[in-house]
Amino acid sequence: MEFFERFAVPNPNPAIYASMVAIVVVSLAIIFGLTYFKKWGYLWREWLTTVDHKKIGMMYLISAILMLFRGGVDALMLRAQLAVPDNKLLDPQHYNEVFSTHGIIMIIFMAMPFIFAFMNLVVPLQIGARDVAFPRLNAISFWLFAAGAMLFNISFVIGGSPDAGWTSYFPLAGTEFSESVGTNYYMIAIQISGIGSLMTGINMITTILKMRAPGMTLMKMPMFTWASFMACVIIIFAFPVLTIALLMGTTDRLFATNFFTSTNGGMDMLWANFFWVWGHPEVYILILPAFGIYSEVISTFSGRNLYGYKSMVGSMVIISLLSFLVWTHHFFTMGQGALTNSIFSISTMAIAVPTGVKIFNWLLTMWKGKIRFTVPMLYSIGFIPLFTVGGVTGVMLAMSAADYQYHNTMFLVAHFHNTIIPGVVFAMLAGLTYYWPKMFGFMLNERIGKWGFWFLSIGFVLAFFPMYITGLNGQARRMYTYSEATGFGTLNFVAFIGAGLMAISFCIIVFNIIYSFKNSPRNVGEDPWNARTLEWATHNPVPEYNFARTPHVASSEAFWDAKKRGHELFKGEIEEIHMPNNSGVPFIMGVIFFIAGFSFVFALWVPAVVALIGIFACMVLRSFEKDDGRHISVEEIKATESTYGGAHS
Amino acid sequence: MKLKGALLLLLSMLVVFLSGCEPLLVLDPKGPQAERQAHDIMISIWIMAFIVIVVLVLLVYMLVKYRASKLPEDYEPPHIEGNPILEGILIGVPIIIVAFLSIVTVKSNYIVENIPEGYEDQEPLVIYASTSNWKWHFSYPEQEIETVNYLYIPTNRPIEFKLYSFGPITSFWIPQLGGQKYAMADMVTTLHLAAETPGEYTGRNANFNGKGFAENTFTVTAMTQTEFDEWVDEVHETAEPLTEDEFNQLLEPGHLGRMTFTGTHLDFSPAPEHEHTADDEMDAEHEMHSEHAAHE
Repeated sequence: MEFFERFAVPNPNPAIYASMVAIVVVSLAIIFGLTYFKKWGYLWREWLTTVDHKKIGMMYLISAILMLFRGGVDALMLRAQLAVPDNKLLDPQHYNEVFSTHGIIMIIFMAMPFIFAFMNLVVPLQIGARDVAFPRLNAISFWLFAAGAMLFNISFVIGGSPDAGWTSYFPLAGTEFSESVGTNYYMIAIQISGIGSLMTGINMITTILKMRAPGMTLMKMPMFTWASFMACVIIIFAFPVLTIALLMGTTDRLFATNFFTSTNGGMDMLWANFFWVWGHPEVYILILPAFGIYSEVISTFSGRNLYGYKSMVGSMVIISLLSFLVWTHHFFTMGQGALTNSIFSISTMAIAVPTGVKIFNWLLTMWKGKIRFTVPMLYSIGFIPLFTVGGVTGVMLAMSAADYQYHNTMFLVAHFHNTIIPGVVFAMLAGLTYYWPKMFGFMLNERIGKWGFWFLSIGFVLAFFPMYITGLNGQARRMYTYSEATGFGTLNFVAFIGAGLMAISFCIIVFNIIYSFKNSPRNVGEDPWNARTLEWATHNPVPEYNFARTPHVASSEAFWDAKKRGHELFKGEIEEIHMPNNSGVPFIMGVIFFIAGFSFVFALWVPAVVALIGIFACMVLRSFEKDDGRHISVEEIKATESTYGGAHS
Repeated sequence: MKLKGALLLLLSMLVVFLSGCEPLLVLDPKGPQAERQAHDIMISIWIMAFIVIVVLVLLVYMLVKYRASKLPEDYEPPHIEGNPILEGILIGVPIIIVAFLSIVTVKSNYIVENIPEGYEDQEPLVIYASTSNWKWHFSYPEQEIETVNYLYIPTNRPIEFKLYSFGPITSFWIPQLGGQKYAMADMVTTLHLAAETPGEYTGRNANFNGKGFAENTFTVTAMTQTEFDEWVDEVHETAEPLTEDEFNQLLEPGHLGRMTFTGTHLDFSPAPEHEHTADDEMDAEHEMHSEHAAHE
């Protein structure tokens, strides 16, 4: 291809041009706004260079919500295209790009940052720590994620988006069958953000193991911390596999190696194995923190301790182990024979047992409780039956002989959305509402929040339950159109309506944020929900140093026992607090990674090499840098505490 | 009230789902393998529906009985750690269900991976089914004929499909005759099917393989053995022979209608049967050894 042809708009149609114009206009508006209001310094000092886990968490949160809308628009386009038979809204190539990017955006660039947002915001607070173990590494993780996300997002206007599905199976994803740079974007954008995820996993494990408050033994950790810990253990075992697979895929595409080609000794199914050895544990990386949030929310709003704490922890450990023993169920139909299929079928179904234990433990947490129907609780209540349906259809899919009939059909699509949306997205929205006052010091409006919940739940049921039926009726996934004779039309139209309701619900949720920002009273106090765990023992919003004095813990519900049984959380005098300094290097590294990634996508070797040297220069700089952090003086802490009403001074 | 409405909706969806089963392709089997799969699917649907109902009933009970608005102002929920007997039941019952479904599945695995039950004494009809973007090539080595995008098969006879691909991974699927299997460029997979009712069935590639994926379909016509034999004779009388050049042209990406040839492409573009070990590992390995011996 000619040099400039590679950068051309892949799908020249009005919608793409409109998005290009929109991107330029919004970027200019942001630059103009920042200059006009003289906010460049504020942005740099307070956000771009921050190493504060709370601010990094908030940036993850904002990115996740933006990506939710990006992936959501993709979803709407897909459902609109399938709403009626023989629709001509999208051409096949465009449809392929849209469903491929929908999957990647939602898993890698929406769900992952969403859970990292809550890990960052909540874990250090729950264990009574001042920050994560490696604050600067945490900032680098975020900026690598951001670089990957940006790189991925420009693909649809520069050079073309990935079009081989979010699983990107070879040899379809190889240069022979996928000529555009789309799959290069896939390989490199996910690689960059994946490195960030791996570092977050290491960071969180170290934080949880080394920085717990005095008295907090492992079996006294709150459930969200346990869930995050197990998710991070899965991350550090699963992500290296993805890293290597993507590296091999990249060399196949850029340097004509033959790892996954169908000729010259390449093995296409090797990619599928690598992908799912990462990909199946990945779904538990997403779902375990979500389970953690449900545990906190259900326990808080039932006014009761979590039922079966030990079996909750045990079931998470078993789920994490089993998550690595099931990947082959993603290609039961590859022809590995009855014995292999039987083994993976049983190991997959076995996951239903610990998951069932968790469901029943949540139900039993409500038992004899005092249930308050707040927005976070509504999401958790909605989650239980919806996720159970998703779970049992998972067991159905796990039956390998029957899977021959479900494989690659809409039944499967219905199943995994049925687990991921009520499982992960509902949990993130519950967590968003629940932890909102912790982050910003005011509450989200309950009435508007409930509207959002009902639109989302009803929309969800309408959007995905019909797919079980069309799947059993022979509708394969990823078909851009179908004929009238197939009879899929009516149910797909219902699904389109459901998708529309879900879109409305996400708009309601954003409206709620804006409305509450304007109208909600500030200074809601420390404990607006009458909660049970340590993160609610400090102020809302949380001061920079989290806790003026380190808490002392004697139970898994330290804060509740402090309120009800008079445990003393904070002992002794306020002392000087040591905090890390801000640094611009993580942000700069993110930018350089972005440049390196873009150069690799288009095989521009000179800038790629320059950028790689830049990355090493940043690392060398760090190793010679003298930065011992800074201290917050006792006077300053006391002054800050008194602005909050002096609760702990 | 809203909550009850939602639950009602959920239940009614379930009813629609279950009552809608009758005409759905997968649950309307026309051959023994599909019948076995439909049978497994129905068993699992009923057991799973039972689990969903148990969870729903428990949830509604908790929500109705323990809602804060119904309870006295000063009610303090108790601290309950757990109960070994209760937890034993909550772990035990799911284990029993999973064990039961495992037994069903393992049995079915061996059934769908072998010549259909009741047809063991018959010699299967071997058909090589291969894909190229975005077409299906069916070779009948025994009959020395080849078709594109359509398939004629005799009823009440086991059929052994040998699947592979001249490009991306595809998946060979005839919902009413049996579940699918991958067709890959570097190995041959085997799928055993049989049709019991004459008729026309739809088949398709179920695994995404690029732009033309949606139209990557074929039709299957099941007919009696005599009709099948007549068709074979007719093809030999009327169809052109398949040449290597012509076949290579057919492989070019694009869509084609139905085509019929005498001879098969297996003579000049053989299936990748010994590249990697496939289903019948023992067989393939054995043959590979003998091949090596022949070379030496």
